[in-house]
Amino acid sequence: MVSFTLNGKAVQAAQGTTILEAAKAAGVEIPHLCYLKDVNEIGACRLCVVEIEGVQRLAPACETLVTEGMVVRTESPRVLAARKVNLQLILSKHRTSCTTCIRNKNCVLQDLSSQFNLLDIPYDVKPEKNAKDLRCPIVRDASKCVQCMRCVQVCDKIQQVHIWDAVGNGSRSVVDTANRKAVVDTDCTFCGQCVTHCPTGALTARDDTDRVLKALANPQLTTVIQVAPAIRAAWCEAFGLDAKTATVGKMVSALKALGFNYVFDTNFSADLTIMEEGSELLARLKDAKNYSWPMFTSCCPGWVRYAKNTYPEFVGNLSTAKSPQQMFGAVAKTYFTEKVGVDAKNLFVVSVMPCSAKKAESELPTMQGANGDPDVDAVLTTREFCRLLKFLNVDPTKLEEAAFDSPLGTGTGAAVIFGATGGVMEAALRSAYYLVTGKNPDADAFAKDRPTADKPWQEGTVEIPGFGKLHTAVASGLGNTRALLDSIKNGTTKVDFVEIMACPGGCAGGGGQPIHEGKEMAATRANTLWELDANSTLRFSHENADVLALYKEFLESPLSEKSHHLLHTDHKGW
Amino acid sequence: MNRLELKTPLQLQSTLDQLHDGMARRLAAAPPGLCPVETALNYLILSRSQSCGKCVPCRVGLNTLAELLEQLLDGEGNADTVRLLEETATVIADTSDCAIGQEAANALLLSLKGFREDYLEHAATGHCLVGKKEPIPCRANCPADVDIPGYIALVRAGRPADAIRLIRKDNPFPVACAYICEHPCEGHCRRKMVDDAVNIRAIKRYAVDAAGDVPQPACAPATDKKIAVIGGGPCGLTAAYFLTLMGHKVTVFEQRKQLGGMMRYGIPSYRFPREVLDAEIASILSLGIEAKTNVAVGKDDLSLTNLRKQFDAVFLCIGAHTDKKLRIEGEDSKGVISAVKLLRGIGDGEHPDFTGKRVVVVGGGNVAMDCTRSAVRLGAEKVICAYRRRIEDMTALPEEVQGAIAEGAEVMQLTAPLKIEADDQGNVVAFWAKPQIIGEVGKDGRPAPKDADADPIRIPCDIVLVAIGQGIDSKDFENEGVPCGRGGWIKSDDATEIPGMPGVFAGGDVATGPATVIKAIAAGKVAAANIDKFLGFHHEIVKDIPMPDPTFADLQAHGRVNPAERPADERKHDFVCMEHAYTKQEAAEECGRCLRCDCFGFGSFKGGRKERW
Repeated sequence: MVSFTLNGKAVQAAQGTTILEAAKAAGVEIPHLCYLKDVNEIGACRLCVVEIEGVQRLAPACETLVTEGMVVRTESPRVLAARKVNLQLILSKHRTSCTTCIRNKNCVLQDLSSQFNLLDIPYDVKPEKNAKDLRCPIVRDASKCVQCMRCVQVCDKIQQVHIWDAVGNGSRSVVDTANRKAVVDTDCTFCGQCVTHCPTGALTARDDTDRVLKALANPQLTTVIQVAPAIRAAWCEAFGLDAKTATVGKMVSALKALGFNYVFDTNFSADLTIMEEGSELLARLKDAKNYSWPMFTSCCPGWVRYAKNTYPEFVGNLSTAKSPQQMFGAVAKTYFTEKVGVDAKNLFVVSVMPCSAKKAESELPTMQGANGDPDVDAVLTTREFCRLLKFLNVDPTKLEEAAFDSPLGTGTGAAVIFGATGGVMEAALRSAYYLVTGKNPDADAFAKDRPTADKPWQEGTVEIPGFGKLHTAVASGLGNTRALLDSIKNGTTKVDFVEIMACPGGCAGGGGQPIHEGKEMAATRANTLWELDANSTLRFSHENADVLALYKEFLESPLSEKSHHLLHTDHKGW
Repeated sequence: MNRLELKTPLQLQSTLDQLHDGMARRLAAAPPGLCPVETALNYLILSRSQSCGKCVPCRVGLNTLAELLEQLLDGEGNADTVRLLEETATVIADTSDCAIGQEAANALLLSLKGFREDYLEHAATGHCLVGKKEPIPCRANCPADVDIPGYIALVRAGRPADAIRLIRKDNPFPVACAYICEHPCEGHCRRKMVDDAVNIRAIKRYAVDAAGDVPQPACAPATDKKIAVIGGGPCGLTAAYFLTLMGHKVTVFEQRKQLGGMMRYGIPSYRFPREVLDAEIASILSLGIEAKTNVAVGKDDLSLTNLRKQFDAVFLCIGAHTDKKLRIEGEDSKGVISAVKLLRGIGDGEHPDFTGKRVVVVGGGNVAMDCTRSAVRLGAEKVICAYRRRIEDMTALPEEVQGAIAEGAEVMQLTAPLKIEADDQGNVVAFWAKPQIIGEVGKDGRPAPKDADADPIRIPCDIVLVAIGQGIDSKDFENEGVPCGRGGWIKSDDATEIPGMPGVFAGGDVATGPATVIKAIAAGKVAAANIDKFLGFHHEIVKDIPMPDPTFADLQAHGRVNPAERPADERKHDFVCMEHAYTKQEAAEECGRCLRCDCFGFGSFKGGRKERW
């Protein structure tokens, strides 16, 4: 331990702690903008500067370590004046437009300006010029960028995809894609981790709410909305509520309040995914020689895009099953329209996803129905969903509990956990066990192999009577994914079935989820999902009665010709 | 009103001088990879401020050039902008009334010529071609990419043995480089912006002394691959070192009696003591490298063709060991000795007796200084170094020239060799020289000497040492198909591979012409990596040393600490090491000057450390 003096008080901290973290532990918040613990500790914004006795210059608290006997002042007049100037310099390159900014009221820069009582900028304000490119889900507004480098670091260190970089020289140094290509032309997976870690409105997920509002206003259209598992654990955050208060039932009410004709659950198609993917796994295992191994899940579009861009040798290993979002769309525009007698042309399918990559997935040429329309017409992120609720003046605390509509509104606990890393694997194992043995395993039999954040990936072994051992691996975050794939490639890791989620923590930590400065919420949200599963009466996808009815009435069986046509895809088709 | 007044320097001017001095140091420390267009703009702005404002091209034109450059940088220019820049600058250079305008325009023209592609890229895309930012100037300028801030931090933390281990990750010769590296790392040291470059080599010298014998790491499991390394100098031994660490079996073939190449046969022991060199080579060999000395390769059993049959890969690194001739009358006289021959003998401990002799050394490079200072130590009565250009034009390190002068040698500048006079028995009696006058700057940027309107001078002497460069003898390899260029240089590529000869690699002086030890080491390292790859492996050399945390400190200007030398009067009588290592106190002060660019600035963002290669 190191003893030092902080604003006149004796404080202790572990050796190797930065002033910023040591002060935080002692209850003193030092303002900062670029800092992101363990990811971006580079002293770029110089707002966290403090005074150290015996040192003439001001020191950045984020990268200066406390030393024995150090005397630190965090709020001296000199420090305050310096912070103010540096913030004004930052603002002189920022297009301040808070009222029309997507990050209004959730912006580090706005908070700091308010905290510093900043009433004017003495410099000419010259933001970087910018043209917004709406061709892909990740939209960058250079005029809002404060060059904190967080996006660069998140993409370099956590995702290891290296899309963003500091380019150009000297005072013309800016953040852009590594080769100044348009984002859509890079290997970007559209995971959106740069968006959720951007302190301002420079990086955003494309806003598609207007398209949805237009569809809702069109009397010709029957509107359907599906909501992904991970939304129910996160939407509450936008209203300062916890998941216990903002229940699933209230979320359904909220969705109905938006005016959709049908409110359905992506959990339904998650169960359907398990039926298809689980059956596919077993079919491949029976014909093991004709497949390359391991088999990979395919429900995360960020991961599929990553595999195609970075590990094309594994594309053949991906399950051909579409993601739950797309299975839902395909079923809605065939089975459901038939059932309710609506022309598929007049069905507008919206999904709420914790994800930005889902927007791109819905636009793939391989995700269209027979009439050439996309199976999913618009994708909203959790954040867009919450913005719409606010626009429509929906107060979640005043909502009644409501139930999903039928027939695409039933989901099991096995589907809920799709939203947490390891959930797809566990759901698949629960049903695979049943499909082989004809008996259900204990629903918590595979809980021992749930991933933890301290390991890049989690391996597990499942003994299925009459079949043998199945070796599994689960990874989330593309940096972890890279490590796992390399280990599989060089033969160190030998597994049969692998679940990959592009975002750390899975969809719970997705790039479309609510943004909280300096807080990673994936684990909290995942706990909510695991609890929902534990409290479910149905915990096996193969027990979803509506899914079974779908097979009986329409698809016949998993992997049937019709299933193949509607629920599976060719990853090489784009 | 006084009729005349004394010029007293204004306070203002003294501040300006200080600023100019600081800016000069700043320019010297410019990090690599700057945008040439933005750099040109900034030079123009600086130049523009110097204009007196009288003549049009300078007053108006320089400003116009700056505006055009701004347009390019802001993405508002096009190919016409570049053309207009060039035309305007040409006229400013042609028509400005004085050097202020002329030279400002010339600088831009030079930039336009040298970086044409960058200008056109800016014109086409609004962006720069170069964008590679080097976080750490010293490492960027070290050919072997040694982790300099890392080992300085380790020395400062009192962990010299770890410092040696860290250096060895990239360079198996920490000791050699501690004594004789030309330290290109210091060239752009960021500390220059504050005061002066960190004395990196001296810190390394302290580290190797303080660390003592540091055991070598273990080798990777044996691969059963055999590699022949032809030449036992710094390049060959470096390749052998890393390849052996990677698990390969290496045999080094050395033509001379002992290993070490130019470190032994070119550099005298007063600069690099033999026992220290021997210990370092022994440490490298301790990995299990087989060394065959007194073996010339290139013919018969040891022809390249045969070696390629016996080994999985061959690395040619024979150096540059032949001498160059003056081609003047009397060069064959007794007493005319080539630098290569003299230093080679000294390398093997054969010290000729120059007692009472008058010696003339011809040349101006480091080898000439080695000859000059060796001649002093061999007892010569008088040693004159004759050089055809000026002292400041010598390629020898300034401290070498000063050291030689301090030891009593005389440097005669602007003295071009004319002929060597011999007596009836053919013994040298005098060196004739043609006095020179310095002339115009040539294409190489150096002022060229030309004959002065003066009579030849006769310098009576007994020995003439010719140190005007070394050549390469690669004929045997050329006969077997190895592509060789002018002067016998083997044409290998940046990966040290020889196009069209798979499994044959070449590097070091033989591929670059006579260069430095650290460049040879770098070539050996590059060769090792690519030979490993050629053999189908990817062995990694990894750093596994925890690094000390940086401390935040003020940039208080602090003089550069130079290591002490033995008094000239004492050292000139022997071949014992002339330089003292730092004291602990000196080492601590100098290590404290390092700015830790690995942890601050761009280093803390993009990482200041290469953990593996």
